[in-house]
Formats: sequence, structure tokens, C-alpha cells
Amino acid sequence: MSQAKVPAWVNVALIPILNILLAFLVSGLVILAIGENPIEAAGYLIYGAFGYDEGIGYTLYYATNLIFTGLAVSVAFKGGLFNIGGEGQAYIGGLGVGLICLSLDHTMPFYVIAPLAIIGAAVFGAAWGYIPAYLQARRGSHIVITTIMFNFIASSLMVYLIVNWLKEDGRMAPNSRTFEENAWLPYLHELLSPLGIDIGDSPLNLAFIWALLCCVFVWGLVWHTRWGYQLRTLGTNPTAARYAGIDTAKVTIWAMLISGGLAGFVGLNEIMGVNHNLLLNFTAGYGFAGIAVALMGRNSPIGIILAAILFGALYQGGAELAFEIPTITPEIVVVIQGLVILFSGALEHMFKDRIEGFFIRRAVA
Amino acid sequence: MFETLVLMLDATMRVSTPLILAALAGLYSERAGIVDIGLEGKILGSAFAAAAAAAVFGSAWIGLVFGILASVSLAMIHGFACITHRGDHIVSGVAINTIVAGLTVTLSMHWFGMGGQTPALSGDARFLEITFPFADALRDVPVLGLIYSDLLSGHNILVYLAFLMVPVTYWVIYKTRFGLRLRAVGENPHAVDTAGISVAFIRYRALIVCGILCGLAGAYLSTAHNAGFLKDMSAGKGYMALAALIFGKWRPVPVLFACLLFGFLDAVAIRMQGVVIPGIGEVPVQAIEVLPYVLTVLLLAGFIGKAVGPKAIGRPYVKERA
Repeated sequence: MSQAKVPAWVNVALIPILNILLAFLVSGLVILAIGENPIEAAGYLIYGAFGYDEGIGYTLYYATNLIFTGLAVSVAFKGGLFNIGGEGQAYIGGLGVGLICLSLDHTMPFYVIAPLAIIGAAVFGAAWGYIPAYLQARRGSHIVITTIMFNFIASSLMVYLIVNWLKEDGRMAPNSRTFEENAWLPYLHELLSPLGIDIGDSPLNLAFIWALLCCVFVWGLVWHTRWGYQLRTLGTNPTAARYAGIDTAKVTIWAMLISGGLAGFVGLNEIMGVNHNLLLNFTAGYGFAGIAVALMGRNSPIGIILAAILFGALYQGGAELAFEIPTITPEIVVVIQGLVILFSGALEHMFKDRIEGFFIRRAVA
Repeated sequence: MFETLVLMLDATMRVSTPLILAALAGLYSERAGIVDIGLEGKILGSAFAAAAAAAVFGSAWIGLVFGILASVSLAMIHGFACITHRGDHIVSGVAINTIVAGLTVTLSMHWFGMGGQTPALSGDARFLEITFPFADALRDVPVLGLIYSDLLSGHNILVYLAFLMVPVTYWVIYKTRFGLRLRAVGENPHAVDTAGISVAFIRYRALIVCGILCGLAGAYLSTAHNAGFLKDMSAGKGYMALAALIFGKWRPVPVLFACLLFGFLDAVAIRMQGVVIPGIGEVPVQAIEVLPYVLTVLLLAGFIGKAVGPKAIGRPYVKERA
């Protein structure tokens, strides 16, 4: 099938939009089935996500996490690897951030802690991605299974570390002490208020800007470097990549290091930006949501930003929705997320082949 | 000491049951070439459907039927995506797990309004323990009495069914025509197609069996092991079953032992909570909990034996076109 005759907008816009509409349609049916009005629900959802400054702030705060995990999944995807371990890498990345903050916040100023925390998140996240990558590249174990196992190992490790070592003395709550304020990432509303710009109180912080920078970084790395070319070759055709002299094992390992590092930045947003202490389960499923974001965003940085904002809006709007209509739980957002993965991921060929066929036939005629 | 051991083995049987059912479910699916990381979602979906139906109709058996129906439907979605539309098996599995995680809570809130739970089940709405004849009378017989009355007797019917499914699966997979074909589509679907047998039909049937077994596992969790559905009650059991499936190298009897090992580790972890071993100190519970996953990673990496999956696993079958 010659791809060349299919107009670009079909793949970039039409098919993703069709998939998301289908996912929304099915979610609408679910809402209808529990006896609520889907149009009314959508109204609350959109208002909650975009209707007021604070809502927008929350939407972008959720989107920050999703950009990180979406990028993480997509970098691995580009190399033909399915990194399902974003959850664990984000968790361990947060450990890196937490350890830096806990050990330096009494002695160092913010501008020393912040870059070290970024490095800490990246190194810890990357390390958690390294082992599955090494095992896949050098010992032939399947990366999907290993990364799933590593999610569970990360979870147990964090419980052990926090409960036994990092917990505040004499307190029952399983989290570390709160960092000093010089180890907090500033909120954007605090940064902007001296300039006379009021964006409402929200957890949106500097990590969002870092997420956007990461998008630029990934775009440059994947599409404009020799390594990026090797990565994409590996993803498209591993045999050709090997034949062309690309060290596929090395590319695999580096792809997972970068992927894990990106996922680790979730810790920056959550630990340093919002919670200001190291706590259990702060990843809250963002690693898995990253899969939906990457699929939705067609693995391109711009697409991922848009998809992350869409899902961020669902998270924030879903909370608003649950508040307005108590019979609908925020978990409806998880259903929508799953449906997006189903339609734009697992069932991608259902429409794609037909639509592409339609355009090819039209072009030929 | 001996009594403790019997009690722990007894706990092992209870914990292993859903693992055995789910791992055998995965065995049918993966031996037919369909990767199934959606075991988790199917268990959770069935646990919810079974508990909900048992609560409404007051019968564990009706609950079981609904649990199986829910699980088989999910398996069919997986099949529709992976077999009919040649979608990515992993992505489809993730989708199913995600949808179920959200949907069970949404629906249970709507139907029961108890913060994502179902009403507590009692009486006929649960699978109750079956006491073997003379179990009480024989308890005082040394060694064998305890094994008979505490270890073998006193489980619910799904536990016995799970253990029975191991030889049944062995027979189906290795001794029947369906089993031969099922293994063949997992290894070399092309050859099966050449013989004039539909690859898709065999794979769909494998997924139906997979759905039924996951349905049993889910119903066990919510209507036998516990008395009702709780949010996220599958708690990674589907993934652990997947690990056991790999650990058992996709063969029924080794898979059983892998499940028993993982179940035993779980029982040990619970018992070791806060216990100080002389010379070593307190062993963190997490270290034992994490062992199944670590062992599976080590096995996959070839450090302890070698796990080689079915050859055509995860690859959609496309008929050759002229």
C-alpha cells in the first residue's frame, strides 16, 4: 500500500479525531447508562477544565505529568520498544528528587538544588529503565514483561524505603518530612503575580516549563540527530538497522535510559512542585496514562502536548464533574482513557486501513 | 511447628487459587499466540460482575455465571482487536485493564452507591467451605489427620476446581486435537492455515477458554475468598499470574508449581510480619512480596534456566495475499 497518496492531514488529524470521538461516544453511552445526561456532563467537564483560571491551572498541572510520561512512552515507541514501566520509573525518579531535596534543603539555595533535583530525577528514572533495557538488549528477555515486573518491584521498594527509612520520626503517616521552602519549585501563579498577571491559585509550577523544554529536546533528538535516525530505523525495521551497521543493543539501552529519565521527571512536578515531601503512590497511574497520551499524540511532541492537555482537562474536568453530579465518579475519566487506548491503539487498523484505502482509491481515480 | 506448616500450606492453597486459574487462562491464550496482559482486567471485571449479581440474586452460582460472562466479553474485545483487526496485543491488554479499572468503580457507585464496593455477601451468595466427611473426627489422628481435615478439607468448591483444572488443561493441551491445533497456531499459524484450519477461529476459542478461567478467578476473589467486591481488588494478581505463567514456561504442571510457590511466598510474607529472626533481624515484608517478580525477571534473563515462549506469540496472523 503506497502511503504517499494518502494526504498528510488524514493521518495527523482525521484518524486521531475520529478515534477520540468514538471513545467519547462510548463514554457518553456509559454516562447515559447510569442515568445521567452526557451533554450536561460534558458541559461540566469542559467548564471545570477550561472555564476559569484556576481550572486551567489544574488542567496544565495534570498535563505536565502526562507530557513527561507521554514523551517517555513515545521515545521508546520510536525505537520499537514498549515501555510499560513508566509508572515505576516515575516512582523511582521521585525518589531521586526526594533524596536530593531532603539532603540539601538545609544547606543549599534553590538554584543549586533545582538542577541537582532534575539530574536526580533523570538518573534515578533512567536507572530503573536501564535494567529492563539491558536485559532486553543483551539477554533477550522481553521488555514488556520486565518493565511490568519492575513496576511492582519499584512499588515494594518505595514502601520499604519510606516506611523504614524516610518516614518522619514519631509520625504515623507514611511520608518524609516536608522540605524547606528553598527546595520547592515555585508555583507559576507566584512567579507571575509580581508582573501583574493573575492566573488563579493552582499547583501549576515551574515543572510545566521544564516539560515543554523536554518536548523541544525530544523533537530535536529524535528527528534531528544521527542517534534519532538510528532510533527510528531500529523502530521501523530492526533487521535493516542491524544491516546498516547500527549497534541496536546500544540504541535500545539509550532509548530506555532517555525514556526512564523522562518518566522520572514526574517526580519533579509531584514531589518538588506540589507535595513537598516524599510520599507513597504519588504516580497515581500517570505512567499508564502516558501510553494513551503517546498513542493519541501519534508519538510527536506537539501531538503529545495536545493529548496531554486533553487528558489533563479530563482529569480536572472529571473532578469537577464528580462534584456537580455525585453519581458520576472521577473514575469515569479512567474509562475514557482506556477507551482512547483501545480505539487509537489496539483498534487503530479498524478505521485506518479503510480510510487510507478510500483516499488511495480517490487519488487513483 | 508442624501445625504452623499445615496452616501456611492451607493459606497457600487459598492464595494460589486465583493465580492458578488466571495463569491457566493465560496459558490457553498465549499458547495460541495471543499475549494476554489483560488477565488483571478480566479478573477484576469478573470479580465485580460476580459480586454484583450474587448480591442482587442472592446466589453465588448466578454470580459465577455473570462473572464468566463479563470476563469472556472482555476476552472477545481482546480477540476483536488482536485477531480480527491485527492490533497490538499489549496495547489491547492495557486498554482492557484500564477500562475495567474505571468501569467497575463507576458502575458499582451507580448501582450500590457504597464508595465503589458491593454489599457484603452472606449465605448462599457466597461459595462456602466444603467439609470432607469425618474431617472433625479424624483431626486427632497424628500427621495425616491434620493434613486431611485442615489442609485438604474445608475449602470452597472453586479451590478444588482450580486444582482440577491443571490435569484437565494438561489433557486438553497435549492430548486432544483442539490442543494440538491450539499449540500449532501459537508456534506456526501458517502451517495450520495450510492444513485448511481457521487460525482466527482457533484463537477465538482459546480466548473464550481464557475468559472462562479468568471469570472463575474473579468470582473466587469476590464471592468465595472475600465477601464482596472492593475497588481494585485484583491488586496485581493478573500480573502475578502472568509471571507464574512465564515462570512455569507455559506448561500446565510447572505453572501450577509456580503459582503454589508465589502463593506460599505470600503466606510467608504475611506470617513474617514483624518477626525477628535471630542473627538476621527483621526481614522486611516487602522483600518477600517482591520475590515472585524478581525471580521471574531473573528467569527471563536466563540466569536461572531459560523461558522460551511460543514462537508466533504477539504476532497477528495475516493470510498471504497474491
